[in-house]
Amino acid sequence: MSSSVALQRRFDLAAMGDEATRIRKRGGDEEDDEEEEDDERGMEAWERAYADERSWENLQEDESGLLRPIDTKTLVHAQYRRRLLQKSAASAASRIQKGLIRYLYLVIDLSRAASETDYRPSRMVAVAKCAEVFIREFFDQNPLSHVGLVTIKDGISHRLTEIGGSPESQIKALMGKLECSGDASLQNALELIHGYLSQIPSYGHREVLILYSALNTCDPGDIMETIKKCKKAKIRCSVIGLSAEIFICKHVCEETGGSYTVALDESHFKELLLEHAPPPPAIAEYAAANLIKMGFPQRGAEGVIAICSCHKDVKIGGGYTCPRCKARVCELPTECRICGLTLVSSPHLARSYHHLFPVTPFNEVSSVPFKLSQKLAQTCFGCQQSLVSIGTKFAPHVSCLKCNQRFCLDCDIYIHESLHNCPGCESQRATA
Amino acid sequence: MNSVSTPSKLYSGNFTYISSSPFLYFLPPLMGLLILWQSDDVSLIVVLLDVNPFFWASSAASVGDSTSPHHPTAILSFSKLLNHVIPFLNSLLLLNQLNQVVLVATGVNSCSYIYDSGDSEGESAGSVPAVCSEILRRLEEFVDKDRLLGKGPDKVVAAGVSSLLSGSLSLALCYIQRVFRSKARHPQPRILCLQSSPDGPEQYVAVMNSIFSAQRSMVPIDSCVMGVQHSAFLQQASYITGGVYLKPQHLDGLFQYLSAVFATDLQSRSFLQLPKPAGVDFRASCFCHKKTIDMGYVCSVCLSIFCKHHKKCSTCGSEFSQAPSDPNATPDRKRKTSEV
Ligand SMILES: [Zn+2]
Ligand SMILES: [Zn+2]
Ligand SMILES: [Zn+2]
Ligand SMILES: [Zn+2]
Ligand SMILES: [Zn+2]
Repeated sequence: MSSSVALQRRFDLAAMGDEATRIRKRGGDEEDDEEEEDDERGMEAWERAYADERSWENLQEDESGLLRPIDTKTLVHAQYRRRLLQKSAASAASRIQKGLIRYLYLVIDLSRAASETDYRPSRMVAVAKCAEVFIREFFDQNPLSHVGLVTIKDGISHRLTEIGGSPESQIKALMGKLECSGDASLQNALELIHGYLSQIPSYGHREVLILYSALNTCDPGDIMETIKKCKKAKIRCSVIGLSAEIFICKHVCEETGGSYTVALDESHFKELLLEHAPPPPAIAEYAAANLIKMGFPQRGAEGVIAICSCHKDVKIGGGYTCPRCKARVCELPTECRICGLTLVSSPHLARSYHHLFPVTPFNEVSSVPFKLSQKLAQTCFGCQQSLVSIGTKFAPHVSCLKCNQRFCLDCDIYIHESLHNCPGCESQRATA
Repeated sequence: MNSVSTPSKLYSGNFTYISSSPFLYFLPPLMGLLILWQSDDVSLIVVLLDVNPFFWASSAASVGDSTSPHHPTAILSFSKLLNHVIPFLNSLLLLNQLNQVVLVATGVNSCSYIYDSGDSEGESAGSVPAVCSEILRRLEEFVDKDRLLGKGPDKVVAAGVSSLLSGSLSLALCYIQRVFRSKARHPQPRILCLQSSPDGPEQYVAVMNSIFSAQRSMVPIDSCVMGVQHSAFLQQASYITGGVYLKPQHLDGLFQYLSAVFATDLQSRSFLQLPKPAGVDFRASCFCHKKTIDMGYVCSVCLSIFCKHHKKCSTCGSEFSQAPSDPNATPDRKRKTSEV
């Protein structure tokens, strides 16, 4: 039964011409569905057992000859150190543009093709899941940007959400509208978005990202005209296909300067999607560095009644006050409707500051003879965990170059991966 | 500078502790029931106590001279504050046998762990007078050490000096991470900041980093501000992490505020009407002068904030070619109004 479905699909692919004959990793073996659920895709059962369960390697003998699980902690820490040093070298070289103001419409194909089950449980659900991750990541990487959602089904396109700066409302709207039917129409989607994106301010970068499941497009007119219009309006269109490469998608992307990719499976799809989260290098180069005047509004008290300037409606509680003209707005980021000041939430900007001021990697202190170090503190400065191992030696630990405080390996990882502050340096007054 | 030497004496003498039994009186009856029902509402409370001698010395001075114009509300000496705080810590421990309290002192020149109820096993553990004297002794040591650190080559002056909130927040978060690692069933952690001195704008980035890390590990930051002004840092911290922000009106009743608002564990909070935030101050600090600003210029490459227009970004080195772009110049706005 399932093999006949696979056969049918291969037939469809063949019908689309030779561009469609892309390699499907999981094409043939749809029979062993259950086993495909776990991570080792494409690995045969007899290989798997040997590759995974080398359980004897996780054991070591301790002093008294007992078998104990291996001390993975130092191993994990060594791996982390390597990653940290690599990262600090890489971040020195690359310059990430955080201040680009991108206006992106995410188009989700909810045509009949999205109900196919080659992605688990269906293409539609897989796309929605990845889109959620993408939207969050997008706002993390582009704190000042905006996203809107458009769906295509039954041959028409429909704007699900207005373009805006809050990830939560977008995700909620998407999850509420997951059903698919009918045909896909690329032209209708592009026409609709062209209408919306031509209204945005000129400093914004206009982008469309289409997640396309269908293998055809059912258009009311000449799509070439629409593509020309988009090109003229400087809208950058990118497509990620879920089934096979299609000429018209490739053409749209080539004409407008976007990128066209086709996903092999779900993890590949997610990878391709997340590649769109950092600003594309093409527009990053094009944008000149400049200073943007911005306001950081205060949040109003709960229970205070005010009329907001965006909906012209009475709102109770919440809302933000423009620092220049004191008008009330509902959501950030936005522009003040009265004085035109760009209003952002300052914590939103501050989320990326750890990239600017990273904590320098700590020095490894491996084995200080215990007698020499008696005057040193015997606990981790961060968490107070003892640094003395069972014997009379210090356990491996690290120390900060600036403040000379010593930390356990766990704190080292936490400080560099999540906290981004050295507790020792923060606990002393900076000598200005 | 005379005032600096006084604070350590301030609370060494007249300390008496309030018996911690009457606190149950302040709790709604519903909560008492919940404590009996649920054994997994064990909390770990990391209390960050601001021990800024500049603030407490000046407030002690205004206790005698209540007409002092500088600190009209801060009529509480440090010893009085401890009369409220230490019984509160004891009551937290009595709320649930398994509760753990960690006290961290936030000084002007250093931060340090003062007391950990999980450490003192055996002999005097749990005995209320023992805990009190322990805390007092270690606080005094800390204040002395902190003062000596300030007497280095570069003396800290000015009375409006801030304490190192970023340091004690970072310590608290490291401690909480250790608790997360240690046991599979760990207590529910939260942080309580008892802050009196004003914000230090130079700590902006570090404090924000701590807030985001707390948010990621779902640790709420409660804050009780006893100073003259609201604290923008703590308003943001409590707002972002889902904690409670409170600036008590009458510091005489601090114990009541503490026990009624901050003693409740996270599960019980959904049943209570806790104080709603009276607005959140989202102002940022500029990178160039460490000034708190509500309007400024943002570098489009790295998002650094500056209070005035510069030719070059001091953080990422980008050169700004044009005049400051106010993207919403007149043409845009005209079109927008015509649309409406
Ligand atoms: Zn305004
Ligand atoms: Zn540690
Ligand atoms: Zn350090
Ligand atoms: Zn400045
Ligand atoms: Zn910059």
